[in-house]
Amino acid sequence: MSTVLIIFYILSAITLSMAFLAVFTRNPIHSAIYLVVCMMSIGGHFLLFNSQFLAIVQIIVYAGAIMVLILYTIMLMDLNKEHEVHRPRVTRLVAIILFSLTCIILILIFINSDPVAGTIDRYDNFGEDFQSIKKLGKVLLNEYLVPFEYASILLLTAMIGAVLLSKKEKPGK
Amino acid sequence: MDSALIIEKSVVIVAVFVFTMIMAMYSTWAERKVAAYLQDRIGPNRAGWGGLLQPLADGLKLFAKEEFEPNTPNRILFFTGPAIAMSTALITSAVIPWGDKLELFGRTVILQATDIDVSILYVFGIVSIGVYGIMIGGWASNNKFSLMGAVRAASQMVSYEVAMGLSIIALLMMTGTLSLKEIAQQQSGLHWNVFYQPLSFLIFLICAFAETNRTPFDLAECESELIGGYHTEYSSMKMGFYLFAEYANMFISATIISVLFFGGYNYPGMSWVIEHWGNNAGNLLGMLALFVKLCFFIFFFMWVRWTIPRFRYDQLMHLGWKILIPLGIINIVITGIVLLRSEIFAFLGF
Repeated sequence: MSTVLIIFYILSAITLSMAFLAVFTRNPIHSAIYLVVCMMSIGGHFLLFNSQFLAIVQIIVYAGAIMVLILYTIMLMDLNKEHEVHRPRVTRLVAIILFSLTCIILILIFINSDPVAGTIDRYDNFGEDFQSIKKLGKVLLNEYLVPFEYASILLLTAMIGAVLLSKKEKPGK
Repeated sequence: MDSALIIEKSVVIVAVFVFTMIMAMYSTWAERKVAAYLQDRIGPNRAGWGGLLQPLADGLKLFAKEEFEPNTPNRILFFTGPAIAMSTALITSAVIPWGDKLELFGRTVILQATDIDVSILYVFGIVSIGVYGIMIGGWASNNKFSLMGAVRAASQMVSYEVAMGLSIIALLMMTGTLSLKEIAQQQSGLHWNVFYQPLSFLIFLICAFAETNRTPFDLAECESELIGGYHTEYSSMKMGFYLFAEYANMFISATIISVLFFGGYNYPGMSWVIEHWGNNAGNLLGMLALFVKLCFFIFFFMWVRWTIPRFRYDQLMHLGWKILIPLGIINIVITGIVLLRSEIFAFLGF
């Protein structure tokens, strides 16, 4: 077995076990911390594909920014008392159905996608470093300019919405 | 991979690690000395000449102290907090270029533990993970003051990371690379980035103070309000780890400021020295130059600590979100205009 494969199995074990623990733990803070470790191990998967940029961005954005905010919110809300929220049966049913649908879509995507090994060979044949951030930037701003700009507009809208929601109404209006 | 390369890299990594530890140790000594001189005192002068053995005595004292544990349901997390703080403080030094290269025993030794393409982002990633050490430690202490300190520290660090990132973007637009090694190389011959990006340097410096939780931004351990902040419940070497991590972070920040803005290992006349005295002499002098620069910035951190009083919390947030972030964006726009000036002139028909 090659070293990469061994590392892949170790990383996958960490990712999956941490994801399951995040779901099954009662304590919300522990759950968030498991999720942080899970996110960081996904960064490791990116490193296995030799894409340092995506690995680092995964760690900065998910582990470093989003999870910090989630942990922060949980700490402020004091969910520590482990009070179980009563969930009606309909909600659970809908959750199960939605999850199954997402699973089907993901499986279909995986079946129809190119196997990774073949893709990497194809990139190697071009003789270009497709992992480099320069190449990534050029591709993002040429071929994928419109989706890229749409994503930025979406983020901006979400940001303005969050500011608007948190803004208090001025008295006398 | 040949074994010589592995040995070479191991030696470099161990050297960087030992150097970081020694610098962090002696920063505590320097802090006391600087504080003493600024307050017209003498400072530590009993252990060794000029108190030089004081850090060792401090470490020994911390090891010998009673290990107190609060009654917390999260014992493992209580131990994890200082471990995260310490390890994130130490692994940042992996990507710092200490010099260009040395020729030893017929081999070319690159004076950097690892040269990855995205070293600046790596530093940012590690810094953003460093928040967890404080948050988890403060929360697991099961103490309201600790939790308040942790929450303060987290919001402060997250807020200033944004401004720090924005200040770096302007610099990256100019250098066109994310690798610290290349950024250091581009600044040879007094083309230091601080002359081209003074605003970026200023924002980065202020954010570095906030990220290392140093005065005037040490709201996380504000004694008058929060006892000791997030490390109130910690004792013995666990407390020592938190304090040590702060000094290690300070050392790393000083180094990164020197590399990004003050030419790193470059000094005036470096090419002349390499030409006349040989490569090794030139690069050893370069390492010395970097050392002098980072020592100045460590001194600067201490100088500010004993000069400027602590900010109020709303002032801190106001400075971060309403002054530094807009300034960073303006800086990016100005840099963009200057970089594309020929295109803009052509477009306007000059």
